[in-house]
Amino acid sequence: MIIFGFIILIICSALCLYRIGRGPTASDRSVAIDILGIIVVAFCVLLYFKTGDGFYLIVAIAWALLSFIGALALAKFLEDKGFDE
Amino acid sequence: MRRLILGCMAFIMWLMLTWPFNSSVGYQGIFIGIIASCFVAIFFGDYIPGISEKFLEPQRWLWAIYYIFVFLWYCFLGNLDVAYRVLHPDMPIKPGIVKVRTKLNNLIGLTILANSITLTPGTTTIEATDDGYLYVHWINVKTQDEQEATEIIVKKFEEILERIFE
Amino acid sequence: MKETISHIFLFIGLLFDLLGCIGLVRFPDVYLRLMAATKSVTLGTGLILLSVVIAGSAPVAAKAVLVLLFISVTSPTAAHALARASSVSDIKMWEGTVCDKFTEDRKRKTNEKT
Repeated sequence: MIIFGFIILIICSALCLYRIGRGPTASDRSVAIDILGIIVVAFCVLLYFKTGDGFYLIVAIAWALLSFIGALALAKFLEDKGFDE
Repeated sequence: MRRLILGCMAFIMWLMLTWPFNSSVGYQGIFIGIIASCFVAIFFGDYIPGISEKFLEPQRWLWAIYYIFVFLWYCFLGNLDVAYRVLHPDMPIKPGIVKVRTKLNNLIGLTILANSITLTPGTTTIEATDDGYLYVHWINVKTQDEQEATEIIVKKFEEILERIFE
Repeated sequence: MKETISHIFLFIGLLFDLLGCIGLVRFPDVYLRLMAATKSVTLGTGLILLSVVIAGSAPVAAKAVLVLLFISVTSPTAAHALARASSVSDIKMWEGTVCDKFTEDRKRKTNEKT
């Protein structure tokens, strides 16, 4: 049962990675990186279901906050530079 | 006062993080938590805006609980809408950025309004100006007029939020 | 019983995550991608965390509630920042776009200043 969840989340990450690699502009890549961070949180929850170890939820908290700060930093950088490929 | 509230919130959060109080956490963990939340309360107390006596009135809290259910319902509808548009072969979209007006001037209320708009049917807040305008990206633009767009996007949340914060 | 309800929530959440990521790939410009992905993935991950709240023991459920709060506050804020940044740095919108009031107003303001 849980293994199907892992397969679905791996497909999701692959779609995000496709957008990171392909995305025509830098902000497409930033969006995909932000979404990938939230999907990693879902991964941590599934790992908790698999192993029964509450430690993974703490990893999820840390990852959620770090991914938010990363997205804000990317947004600030985009706004100042307007860099493009 | 606001420092006390902030310190209590930080300490509750710390307790939730270290809940299984086994031998590895023990009394030391709680002691460190008290010190850390005191530091947070002293240094960051000034950044909490506008905590006043309004927060002690019970009807505001009841409206807040009602708001959560309204918001969850619209959030669910929004996701079904996005699912329909994603899976439809022709992608029936008609995007655009419209301008809407809001009467809220409480900072927390405005933040909650903008975040709710972002999480509900086909709309994303792009910018909130100082004079009460919101720029909203809309997946299916029904009208470009400011008044009508305000009726459709903002009204349903604004009425409840006014009762909570104003 | 608890187990079944939690698995149903888990499954619906995974479905929404998948939908969000398909939207991220299919939609034609940054703003649409951001919108589809943020909404669906936030709700999906929220439902997955809700399944932990239902099935897990009390300490784990408390941590899951914390993650749920963080995600539902931070994810729209990050989306807002990214959308504003892309609009300010003049990322083109899709050809079918009806109107763009934000760029119009911003250009008018800079013209008035100079």
